[in-house]
Amino acid sequence: MRFKNVFSIIGPSMVGPSSSHTAGAVRIGRVARQLLGSQPETAKMTLFGSFAETYWGHGTDLALTAGLMDYETDDQRIPQADVLAEEAGMTLEWVQGRGNGPHPNSVKILLTGGGRTAEIVAASIGGGTIAVYSLNGFDVQITGEYPTLAVKHSDSQGVLANMTALLSRDGYNIGYMDVDRKGRSGDAMTVFELDSAPEESTIQAIRKLPHIKEVTMIDLTKRS
Amino acid sequence: MRFETLEQLADICRQENKTIAEVMLEDQARETGVSREEVFRQMAEYYGVMKEAVRQGLTGNTKSRSGLTGGDAKKVSDYMQQSETSLGGPAAEAMAYALAVSEVNASMGRIIATPTAGSCGIIPGVFVSAQERFGWEDEHLVKGLFCAGAIGYVIANNASISGAEGGCQAEVGSAIGMAAGAMVELRGGTAQQAVHAVGLALKNCLGLICDPVAGLVEIPCIVRNGLGAVTALAASDMALAGVGSVIPADEVIGVMLEVGSAMPAKHRETGKGGLAQTPTGRKLTKELVEQRRRKAKEAKAPAKED
Repeated sequence: MRFKNVFSIIGPSMVGPSSSHTAGAVRIGRVARQLLGSQPETAKMTLFGSFAETYWGHGTDLALTAGLMDYETDDQRIPQADVLAEEAGMTLEWVQGRGNGPHPNSVKILLTGGGRTAEIVAASIGGGTIAVYSLNGFDVQITGEYPTLAVKHSDSQGVLANMTALLSRDGYNIGYMDVDRKGRSGDAMTVFELDSAPEESTIQAIRKLPHIKEVTMIDLTKRS
Repeated sequence: MRFETLEQLADICRQENKTIAEVMLEDQARETGVSREEVFRQMAEYYGVMKEAVRQGLTGNTKSRSGLTGGDAKKVSDYMQQSETSLGGPAAEAMAYALAVSEVNASMGRIIATPTAGSCGIIPGVFVSAQERFGWEDEHLVKGLFCAGAIGYVIANNASISGAEGGCQAEVGSAIGMAAGAMVELRGGTAQQAVHAVGLALKNCLGLICDPVAGLVEIPCIVRNGLGAVTALAASDMALAGVGSVIPADEVIGVMLEVGSAMPAKHRETGKGGLAQTPTGRKLTKELVEQRRRKAKEAKAPAKED
């Protein structure tokens, strides 16, 4: 069964006009913003395929910007997101990508802010559902459907076992996980999609594990 | 969920002496581990958004960002005040309300995807006009949404609710079937009659292609929502009168899948065929591209990737 929930038929609550080009785009923007961990100062969006072709009429640009402001899919400020982002001090740059990208509706987002950078590549695959293909250059896939922990660490023996043991100890079930490393003993990224959002104490405990460099929480299920 | 087909759904209703709405609400609560009260509250919130979208579409500015559409619901509504409609009052009202919500969607207002944003006008059009006409409480309509959701759930899992996969029959067609079946149950018809209404309604939508001008959810999506509401009412009346769908609804859904799978890509939301590629469709698309270039130049975006 591809659909398991009555609210995937009646819903989502969203600002129009297109679940894929608008609602999905808001969610992609939110993933990027949460990966950065603060409001972006600059944002460069490279649009591919149908996103590049029809973004303007569908308000995909406004929707992505709204996501960068951490708005939800039904936030009525979405149509004014460009003005509000500018007022908030965000500089936006739009680029038309070459080729098709990883999916007909895809975007690469590069953010800077608070002395940090964040980069994601993601696509809107229909009905507001998204697929994120990479986080900060690591090829890890997430959906944004679940509270997600993104952990940057060094590629060392036992890191994964330590993290999964800790999540298990604190009572969190892992629905999906994905790992990518730059090379043997280099930097690596692991993402965990969890059935429930972890408490801050659990996140802190993971930060204190050996070889952990950065722990980021991405949670689109939480009303902002 | 305990059902995969509409026949199974009707059987459960018969055996347990429940409505489709009750079965859907129970199954949703059990599958997701969320209380019935919370599930109901969520759906009630959605119904509130639908009513607000109807109001907004009839009274507010619904000019779309492209400038191609907006204001048609108001035209129909004014015309209804001034003269006798060909359809008759209640059906014309449902049509106006469906246009209203669809125009709110195109103008970046808030809607509930039912089942998609492109087909978001039909269920509110039918529901809100019927509520005013029959004096139903909100709670009754919220139950109706669970009934519509159950029907959509079966269609989505056995065929499709995506225009890119199955053409407009999957979006507007599904919404018409959902609204028709729900209307039967709202008016006290049996689950079996509701299922017949779905079959009757879907038969009239088979083969409908998805061919939006400039790829936007405007032309012809908005008028198809208005006309779809009328079809849904008609199918519900046939079923309530005792007319059955000789080809069972589940088999019609099977045809939807067959036809959708055989549809060429140009008729599945690519804007490469159908109305999108008529001389006028092409002209409008070209004008939009030029308009966008002008605005982009003013806003110094988007540049080509270097």
